[in-house]
Amino acid sequence: MAFPHRPDAPELPDFSMLKRLARDQLIYLLEQLPGKKDLFIEADLMSPLDRIANVSILKQHEVDKLYKVENKPALSSSEQLCFLVRPRIKNMRYIANVSCDEWAFSLLPLDVDLLSMELPEFFRDYFLEGDQRWINTVAQALHLLSTLYGPFPNCYGIGRCAKMAYELWRNLEEEEDGETKGRRPEIGHIFLLDRDVDFVTALCSQVVYEGLVDDTFRIKCGSVDFGPEVTSCDKSLKVLLNAEDKVFNEIRNEHFSNVFGFLSQKARNLQAQYDRRRGMDIKQMKNFVSQELKGLKQEHRLLSLHIGACESIMKKKTKQDFQELIKTEHALLEGFNIRESTSYIEEHIDRQVSPIESLRLMCLLSITENGLIPKDYRSLKTQYLQSYGPEHLLTFSNLRRAGLLTEQAPGDTLTAVESKVSKLVTDKAAGKITDAFSSLAKRSNFRAISKKLNLIPRVDGEYDLKVPRDMAYVFSGAYVPLSCRIIEQVLERRSWQGLDEVVRLLNCSDFAFTDMTKEDKASSESLRLILVVFLGGCTFSEISALRFLGREKGYRFIFLTTAVTNSARLMEAMSEVKA
Amino acid sequence: MDCYTANWNPLGDSAFYRKYELYSMDWDLKEELRDCLVAAAPYGGPIALLRNPWRKEKAASVRPVLDIYSASGMPLASLLWKSGPVVSLGWSAEEELLCVQEDGAVLVYGLHGDFRRHFSMGNEVLQNRVLDARIFHTEFGSGVAILTGAHRFTLSANVGDLKLRRMPEVPGLQSAPSCWTALCQDRVAHILLAVGPDLYLLDHAACSAVTPPGLAPGVSSFLQMAVSFTYRHLALFTDTGYIWMGTASLKEKLCEFNCNIRAPPKQMVWCSRPRSKERAVVVAWERRLMVVGDAPESIQFVLDEDSYLVPELDGVRIFSHSTHEFLHEVPAASEEIFKIASMAPGALLLEAQKEYEKESQKADEYLREIQELGQLTQAVQQCIEAAGHEHQPDMQKSLLRAASFGKCFLDRFPPDSFVHMCQDLRVLNAVRDYHIGIPLTYSQYKQLTIQVLLDRLVLRRLYPLAIQICEYLRLPEVQGVSRILAHWACYKVQQKDVSDEDVARAINQKLGDTPGVSYSDIAARAYGCGRTELAIKLLEYEPRSGEQVPLLLKMKRSKLALSKAIESGDTDLVFTVLLHLKNELNRGDFFMTLRNQPMALSLYRQFCKHQELETLKDLYNQDDNHQELGSFHIRASYAAEERIEGRVAALQTAADAFYKAKNEFAAKATEDQMRLLRLQRRLEDELGGQFLDLSLHDTVTTLILGGHNKRAEQLARDFRIPDKRLWWLKLTALADLEDWEELEKFSKSKKSPIGYLPFVEICMKQHNKYEAKKYASRVGPEQKVKALLLVGDVAQAADVAIEHRNEAELSLVLSHCTGATDGATADKIQRARAQAQKK
Repeated sequence: MAFPHRPDAPELPDFSMLKRLARDQLIYLLEQLPGKKDLFIEADLMSPLDRIANVSILKQHEVDKLYKVENKPALSSSEQLCFLVRPRIKNMRYIANVSCDEWAFSLLPLDVDLLSMELPEFFRDYFLEGDQRWINTVAQALHLLSTLYGPFPNCYGIGRCAKMAYELWRNLEEEEDGETKGRRPEIGHIFLLDRDVDFVTALCSQVVYEGLVDDTFRIKCGSVDFGPEVTSCDKSLKVLLNAEDKVFNEIRNEHFSNVFGFLSQKARNLQAQYDRRRGMDIKQMKNFVSQELKGLKQEHRLLSLHIGACESIMKKKTKQDFQELIKTEHALLEGFNIRESTSYIEEHIDRQVSPIESLRLMCLLSITENGLIPKDYRSLKTQYLQSYGPEHLLTFSNLRRAGLLTEQAPGDTLTAVESKVSKLVTDKAAGKITDAFSSLAKRSNFRAISKKLNLIPRVDGEYDLKVPRDMAYVFSGAYVPLSCRIIEQVLERRSWQGLDEVVRLLNCSDFAFTDMTKEDKASSESLRLILVVFLGGCTFSEISALRFLGREKGYRFIFLTTAVTNSARLMEAMSEVKA
Repeated sequence: MDCYTANWNPLGDSAFYRKYELYSMDWDLKEELRDCLVAAAPYGGPIALLRNPWRKEKAASVRPVLDIYSASGMPLASLLWKSGPVVSLGWSAEEELLCVQEDGAVLVYGLHGDFRRHFSMGNEVLQNRVLDARIFHTEFGSGVAILTGAHRFTLSANVGDLKLRRMPEVPGLQSAPSCWTALCQDRVAHILLAVGPDLYLLDHAACSAVTPPGLAPGVSSFLQMAVSFTYRHLALFTDTGYIWMGTASLKEKLCEFNCNIRAPPKQMVWCSRPRSKERAVVVAWERRLMVVGDAPESIQFVLDEDSYLVPELDGVRIFSHSTHEFLHEVPAASEEIFKIASMAPGALLLEAQKEYEKESQKADEYLREIQELGQLTQAVQQCIEAAGHEHQPDMQKSLLRAASFGKCFLDRFPPDSFVHMCQDLRVLNAVRDYHIGIPLTYSQYKQLTIQVLLDRLVLRRLYPLAIQICEYLRLPEVQGVSRILAHWACYKVQQKDVSDEDVARAINQKLGDTPGVSYSDIAARAYGCGRTELAIKLLEYEPRSGEQVPLLLKMKRSKLALSKAIESGDTDLVFTVLLHLKNELNRGDFFMTLRNQPMALSLYRQFCKHQELETLKDLYNQDDNHQELGSFHIRASYAAEERIEGRVAALQTAADAFYKAKNEFAAKATEDQMRLLRLQRRLEDELGGQFLDLSLHDTVTTLILGGHNKRAEQLARDFRIPDKRLWWLKLTALADLEDWEELEKFSKSKKSPIGYLPFVEICMKQHNKYEAKKYASRVGPEQKVKALLLVGDVAQAADVAIEHRNEAELSLVLSHCTGATDGATADKIQRARAQAQKK
């Protein structure tokens, strides 16, 4: 288990520097305000801040009290108030008359190979509201990476946002050239990908351990709160989940069906190591206690936590008839028994199982089927509104705009839409054109893409999840994540050549790009390091799949995402909830 | 060359002082120096002269002239002084001329006589007038110290960041001090003043009397005091003709000298070189110049003309009507080489090289002598160093030639020092040229740095020379050539007689896209000179669109600014421009502008969602975006309205909008919601409890749970709830109520559209096996096994599965067989399987 990397796999760059940089800058900013001060922090910055500078560091720089920024005027007795907020309109209303300094914190290293911008709202802001304000932040983050780790000799990307971010970043580099020039690249490739290129993968239930933990308990900023049902005591426990947790590191990328077996084997081994004590003399015992015992105890603690988590997951999943759900998902992905799946979804809604889950299944149906047939579109929506409340009329409007839940227009071929667009072009309302274009992009063509890229592996007999043979293992062998497949194909070809049809089907003909520098200063080691940038979030399943691909091909992947996401988060971002 | 040391004058045993001419001055001085206020900037800076008509009794009717010359006497500016009486002149570190007026106003002029700004030294100074003033330099910049008519001091340590400080009063001070100076110690400016036989030190808190250690007795007054260039040393001249020299902290005496001249000197300045142990002071009277130090004898010069002393880092400049000289201590390297009969390695090397040029074999002898002592490296170094301190290019050359000659006999001599010295001297000789007139010494140049020297050339508008130096020294473009070109361009835009097109073209031709040149800065300058059109033309050359925005806004070209901001991709900038536009344009124009800029429009929508909901509505209205208008009103029905009538009205508006948008589904759904809301309201009135804002499903459930089955049925009919949902709903609700009787009745009301397995499941969920079993029998054949297993009847499940001959069902049952109790069943299944396989 826990496949080792190939011996020639390149070393990862040290990303802890990013953390130090952010911390130093924060301290610098705090020191600009000499004397005691109260610090107001926006709720979603609390966890990232905690990973960068703990309370004692803040206290050292004369932060007196910590408050959460709330949507009301700040109350504090201190003479100096310092606010740490994201640039959002809604909270600036309550923070008037201030001088501003920028804390250029954009990248939080959550793990050795995972950098997060901790911007979950990127998804809604860009893909729903069309608000491009974070793209500049992305470009700046890329600029920071290239100043620290050298230029990226090979760049690929797909998606409108990817292209904009890339161009902005290039402009930044040009403005400040000289700095990165002449530096040896540490990371050979960069791949930018918009989330809307592949919604399907993000909408699937996750069955790889780390993804499943995220789906079940919600991993927040690299750590998870395990409740009493997991810790088997009355307190809940905050646990950091990353490569430093040895037990977790071995199971994070495993299909869930293997995890339990692995953990019990591990438990037996641990017991055996404890048992060695019995035959020891005093000296050996002393050695054992001073050197090994602590490690064993630590491992023991982690082991029991993860076993607890597994049990809790199993309990929840059997209750919801998880097998049935997965079966339906696989049927949707493969495109058979559509009627049956539709009825399943309908029953799901009628029984009020879960608003988010129901929505997710509807979206999955819509995307895999290129939109719902009008009858189903109306009836499912009606059922949904009856079950979960009429305010979701707005949710549906959002989903339609984002292209997640649409209606098949009868006979609405691509050319028909195009002619509609050209009519609009002659219209004076230029603003509408973009809307028309985005409606054009709503045809997902999933079935055709799936065939072209061979996303549904042919199964000869049982798929051995213990010894995965391709990236499909992250979905029980039923489906190769589209996003990861695209990355694999492009890296293999070192360009988009031969993928024209796929790119067209993805509606990204204008937004797929390759950019290679001629200079051949990149070492062969760096050429096997690939930075994948997910704009709008990536899931742990995708991370696991690419880690697997890396092990197979001798690459190492580094992930940069606007935030780690999953199906529930995507759906919540689109949902309208009563205020 | 034999008499090279002819102008060397020994002071004591260990040091020589020499004086040589920098320039012969042919400035056209109309006045005697003694009649003028004079200010000369250090580091070979410019000289300002203002004939002082206010000093004389007869008030002059003619206005005085302020003249500015380079150190070589080239006129830089000449202007008629139209302001008030000036007390003192001085140059700031940025080579700006500060003119302190009697009323405490300080007027600041540029090198070319261009007025820059003015500031006042405060009310107190204004009231009491300025008696005397000093400009001094600190590490923060340049300071001004003022002595007022009330005998109080006011100072500002940095005129760039003007903070006035009034110094404490000197107790019992009735008349002006006989002499005073500003001192800078530990980054704080002090004033040292002499009153009769007493010395006082003023800092910002207190006035303390101080006594120089070892001061000779009999002093009744101090006539002059001088602080060294670095504020480290202090010299005092007393009325007994005695000079005390010590540290500025007044803690230590260095030496003293009695010159027996009681007349007050015109000027007294320090003359010392950094890192030298020698300390000397130069004292000037009308016709006499004296260098005194730690030696019984002084060096004396006769002054033929009225002269003025300028203290420098490593010596003293002395200029007069016809000449400009430099007096300094001969540096160690030069002394070693040129001292008569010196046997220092450098001296021998210089000799060797000379002989070599004469093709004499003596060259070899000298060289051997140096090599035998193993001092060749040292010799080369000495020659290089000495070359740096020579003023005459010929002498520099022969020393460098000697060094180069010596280098040939050394294996591993790092070339850097030689190369750099050649480069530095070339730069120095260029700026020392008569036309440029910056007589920097090597030490001053190193202290000043090349960057500052370039700045000074730019200040003098000597752009070509500055660029040549940059190119010669191969400075990076951003620090060097581009910076200078940018300065040139800023100067160029001020040439009012040239047309906009020509200036823009000329600038672009020269600058091209040289890295590091900011066209927007140049444009800002052009705008500052009132040339808006030129500024816009220049901005077009700016590659970074974001940089163009602030200036465009300032010039009220907001629409252009908007498209540039969008181009830059910086949303903050877009917001800035949007808010500008919003205030600047009327609403209609503003919306029209937005329409053509989708990105700005979406940003503005975001803004409106949080700040101005009404505007958002107007935006949608203008675009005839009925779908969004509908959504807007729906949202309003939840968020903005509280009364039920208001909410229904909002929904009605939404429904109308949806009809207009041809979204019938949404319109119908909204109408249904209106009905539901009204109905929920009625239910609340009639039945009590909470109904508002429940979903339809939850409303019916609540009714059933409350026992209002009739109402529930009615609602389901009214809203055409599908059968399947109604069955799920009732099933769940009745099970929650544990109303098993009603459930059974319901199950028999007609054939279940959802089958009977859900009944089994829900009973088991409530742990009612008895009820569950009732329904298990009614479950259809395909789910029978599942149902039987659910109620725990493994044996019967096995029978059914065997009957069905269904492999999947068989294994499912088998997996439920646990322990001994189901042993028989398991066997049975195995047997059935075996049988099936046989067939």
